Amino acid sequence: MEDDLNPLLKVEKIKAGYGETEILHSVSCEVKEGEIVTIIGPNGAGKSTLMKAILGLLKPTQGRIIFNGKDITGKNPNQIVREGICYVPQSDNIFPSLTVEENLEMGAFIRKDDYKNKIEEIYEIFPDLKERRKTKAKKLSGGQRQMVAIGRALMLDPLLLLLDEPSAGLSPKLVQVIFEKIEKINEKGVSILMVEQNARKALSISHRGYVLVMGKNRFEGSGDAILNNEEIGKLYLGE
Amino acid sequence: MILSRIPQLVVYGCVSGSIITLGAIGLSLTSGILKFANFAHGDVMATGAFLALFFLFVLQKIGLPSTPLHPLSFGLPLIFAFVLSMLTTGGIAVAIDRVVYKRLRTTGSITLLIASVGVAFVLRNTLQFIWGPDPRYYIKKIQKSIKVPFLGIRIKPDEIFIIIIALFLVILLHLFLTRTRTGKAMRATSDNIDLAQVSGIDTENIVKWTWVIGSALAAAGGVLAGIENKFITPSLGWDMLLPIFAAVILGGIGNPYGAMVGGMIIGLSAELSTLFISTSYKPAVAFIIMIVMLLIKPKGILGEE
Repeated sequence: MEDDLNPLLKVEKIKAGYGETEILHSVSCEVKEGEIVTIIGPNGAGKSTLMKAILGLLKPTQGRIIFNGKDITGKNPNQIVREGICYVPQSDNIFPSLTVEENLEMGAFIRKDDYKNKIEEIYEIFPDLKERRKTKAKKLSGGQRQMVAIGRALMLDPLLLLLDEPSAGLSPKLVQVIFEKIEKINEKGVSILMVEQNARKALSISHRGYVLVMGKNRFEGSGDAILNNEEIGKLYLGE
Repeated sequence: MILSRIPQLVVYGCVSGSIITLGAIGLSLTSGILKFANFAHGDVMATGAFLALFFLFVLQKIGLPSTPLHPLSFGLPLIFAFVLSMLTTGGIAVAIDRVVYKRLRTTGSITLLIASVGVAFVLRNTLQFIWGPDPRYYIKKIQKSIKVPFLGIRIKPDEIFIIIIALFLVILLHLFLTRTRTGKAMRATSDNIDLAQVSGIDTENIVKWTWVIGSALAAAGGVLAGIENKFITPSLGWDMLLPIFAAVILGGIGNPYGAMVGGMIIGLSAELSTLFISTSYKPAVAFIIMIVMLLIKPKGILGEE
């Protein structure tokens, strides 16, 4: 029921940081239902900080975050998860000593129903994981770990999936695979907000994007508009 | 000639190793999840031992028959006291966390370590205040050891009880960690507390469970130490801190299975060392193993990441 007037996620002019250091200086963004939105920018721009603030791992000192009609500013991560936002961190995003299946089970921890069907759905998206379901996550390759990380986050049928650099450290072939999976997940109805260094690839599958520089909004537009913008291309898209 | 003493020393090693293991598991669990070296853990073991003494007294006073359960040297009262002590010590540990550690969680591991030393002092001196510094006894009689035919060793029925109970508790823990939802969440929280939170796991609740289980096991270790040594004193916990820490480091902090392996290795090494050096050096063996481990593989035998 959310449309242009009421986006699924609305981040309004938030300031946030670590201790005394403010990283985000009045940053805003939004995600409409069904969209893939990508945030790009140079290192240190505050992209990960923005994710953590939305998730509740950091509390904004100013500004608001509205999700699905509710004000979630300052709430704890395990409350925000219950609202329908799931998060895949850039690193340390699996439980290494747990098996693949146990990792997915932990993703479903707060589900009250029988989640066996959901696990099978995840294996459909990531068939590589099915044959390794009893393997400890620490024994998996980088690409497989990333799949476990994303799979874990999907176990709660989130409305919005937050991905922090999903292609980080992966080979070009795997990068392609991961973005295809992200599109597939979006087709199933999950809205996606991601932060990416691999800006071109990410923007090519995104509806809209934001350019963040030094903790401030610099540019906003459709995926194509950003890709075709020469100035941005030179500064931030590389290649 | 020396070799003939080995089987008997292995028996002693298994008994003391079992006790060290129960202390080490709890220390490994709490240290792993809360990221600090809990110097009060030994005194939690002592607290468990003395609480059992208290419950034993109460149960005998209300008339529970204390005839020994043959071939053990003790009867039902001590067994009930054992269980009651485990539960109560678990509860006390949660209270200590509430009052002391919880508000210090964000201040760093050194502050928590120092706070735990304070808790250790308070526990130990409270025990001494109530029961005095002199030895106290669960059982007054000395038990005779029985000869095991083929292996050429002597072992007391009480000692067999100690090993079996330790094994039983370890198996129970394993089933809890691998078969229950809370147990898996505990392993997950130990691996990655932030990820556990963003998965919706109530990590505060998990921390509570960790204190309960870790301290209940410590209490069990304390009571079994009392059964083995025949007496308990308020300093029994602090004295055991070194071998317990050595066992945790040997096995890898945060890994309860490592603590089991570490505990048995420390127990066996200390006993077997008496083949070559004087028994007064037994504590030094644990210390040396710990130092060596820190130098060559600080993550421990089963340590990861």
